[in-house]
Amino acid sequence: MAMTLAQKILQMHTDEEVREPGQIVECTLSGVLANDITGPLAIKSFRAMGARKVFDRDRVFLVMDHYTPQKDIASANQVIVSRTFAREMGITHYYEGGYAGVEHALLPEQGLVRPGDLVIGADSHTCTYGGIGAFSTGLGSTDIACGMALGTLWFKVPATIRVNIEGVMPRWIGGKDLILRLIGEIGVDGALYRALEFGGAALKDVDIEGRLCMANMAIEAGGKCGLFPSDELTAAYCKAHGTPDPLALSADPGAEYERVVTLDVTDMEPVVACPHLPENTRPVSELKSVAVDQVVIGSCTNGRISDMRAAAAVLRGRKVAKGVRCIVIPATPAVWRQAMDEGLFAIFSDAGCVVSTPTCGPCLGGYMGVLGDGERCISTSNRNFRGRMGSLASELYLSGPAVAAASAVTGCITGPDAL
Amino acid sequence: MSFTGKVHKVGAHIDTDAIIPARFLVTTDVKKLGEACMEGLEPGWVRRVAPGDIIVAERNFGCGSSREHAPFAILGAGIRAVVAHSFARIFYRNAFNMGLMLLEVGDEVSRIHDGDTLEIDPEAGMIHDRTNGAEIRIPALSPMMQTLIDKGGMVNYVREKLKERGED
Repeated sequence: MAMTLAQKILQMHTDEEVREPGQIVECTLSGVLANDITGPLAIKSFRAMGARKVFDRDRVFLVMDHYTPQKDIASANQVIVSRTFAREMGITHYYEGGYAGVEHALLPEQGLVRPGDLVIGADSHTCTYGGIGAFSTGLGSTDIACGMALGTLWFKVPATIRVNIEGVMPRWIGGKDLILRLIGEIGVDGALYRALEFGGAALKDVDIEGRLCMANMAIEAGGKCGLFPSDELTAAYCKAHGTPDPLALSADPGAEYERVVTLDVTDMEPVVACPHLPENTRPVSELKSVAVDQVVIGSCTNGRISDMRAAAAVLRGRKVAKGVRCIVIPATPAVWRQAMDEGLFAIFSDAGCVVSTPTCGPCLGGYMGVLGDGERCISTSNRNFRGRMGSLASELYLSGPAVAAASAVTGCITGPDAL
Repeated sequence: MSFTGKVHKVGAHIDTDAIIPARFLVTTDVKKLGEACMEGLEPGWVRRVAPGDIIVAERNFGCGSSREHAPFAILGAGIRAVVAHSFARIFYRNAFNMGLMLLEVGDEVSRIHDGDTLEIDPEAGMIHDRTNGAEIRIPALSPMMQTLIDKGGMVNYVREKLKERGED
């Protein structure tokens, strides 16, 4: 049978024959992830299940990233639960403090996820690893506890929506613009229960960090995962991140798709998602005089080194507008270090930005840039639900790093070409 | 066994930040989470709920994060079941794992109105709107979901599997 990427990867992890969408298969897991918010619930369920040890202490990842460094007593107590569990189970990959970064930036960077892997995480943006050809999906803490205990879990084989990226990629257009445009076209439940599979002639122009960003937001269309083939770019990335011999993977010719969507990127302009859903997208030039109080550049969507460079390219020699706070958050300690070594912090500092240590912080309205009543923010994160970054009376716009940086300079939502 | 409850109707794409905003995620206590249920939709929303009430929603209920705190908050508020046009995938699995009843009925959901009294009979697979007389058939569950219900939830399901493996 000609298989989609989703079918192919599930088949690699089960003895059952993978056939049509809707089929339930029991699969062996390559990795299981939880964070400081979802870990304690998973651990509670794990103990209630009567489990005494994790299936593989090298394949359970615990990343304390959402409120790191611990923002208050309650969040500190939650980390204690995970830390104690990690010590008791002898978990190899427990990350806290100066070793912790935003989980979905950290795991691929550390080589903990490889093409062809099947990974589950108690965080909806676990779908990020589809950017390097891994089937990864977000689940609740109890499913994660099952994964930690058994190393297996049930999956429904998803139908696949194929997305072909064609044309010539313009300057300033990145993965974020492409995925926002797609969500604008198919809607926030356009891929509900389905896999997205990306292909097309222009895929070679989307680098791995751009692909991770796009796969990250598959969930914002309701998707189970967002899968990219594992090609030469993937191989180069994986070799540079601790996987010497990465698997090459692509969908079979003739695989069956529920729907095919084509995105022609030629002449495309940067995209912004307006409040209060990621599907409310507009080309940046259509947004006139939308003043912002805050700009956030970071997150599991756009907190990687290419995002830092894109923001710095716009901010170099410029100043953040008076009355605007621009918060830059490199997603991992390695990204932070590299940004510093490349002199990007000097650019951000000269421009008047706040540079934070790695954290999910403001993306979920946790801390490090929470919005007050009536405030408006443009952020490179992935979700702009009402109240997501703070007050229910605040407004959140989403964009890539170049638009966010340009908006910080003018104080209004602005494309980088308009500077 | 059937049960009845008052309907609290909500719209489409009710996300997990609306169900339980992140600032409340510093606890795993079901009762405390219940006190903040739907706080991101409307402050004080939960005060209208009596034990056994039912949420009725439009499309894609529970979209957004994977937080199990969301079904916990709904259970903690005393809600017995959620009826919706459709559910977001992660929320759907979580609710079954937590023991929150979800009924996916598609377009039929428009026949139910805020404040109606619903009678739900899971065994017979029927929803009866006592206020306007509407009868809505509940589609059959997938075999895996039925297995989880039969085993009494994911925790028990895994507990049995561990026993089979002799790890008890």
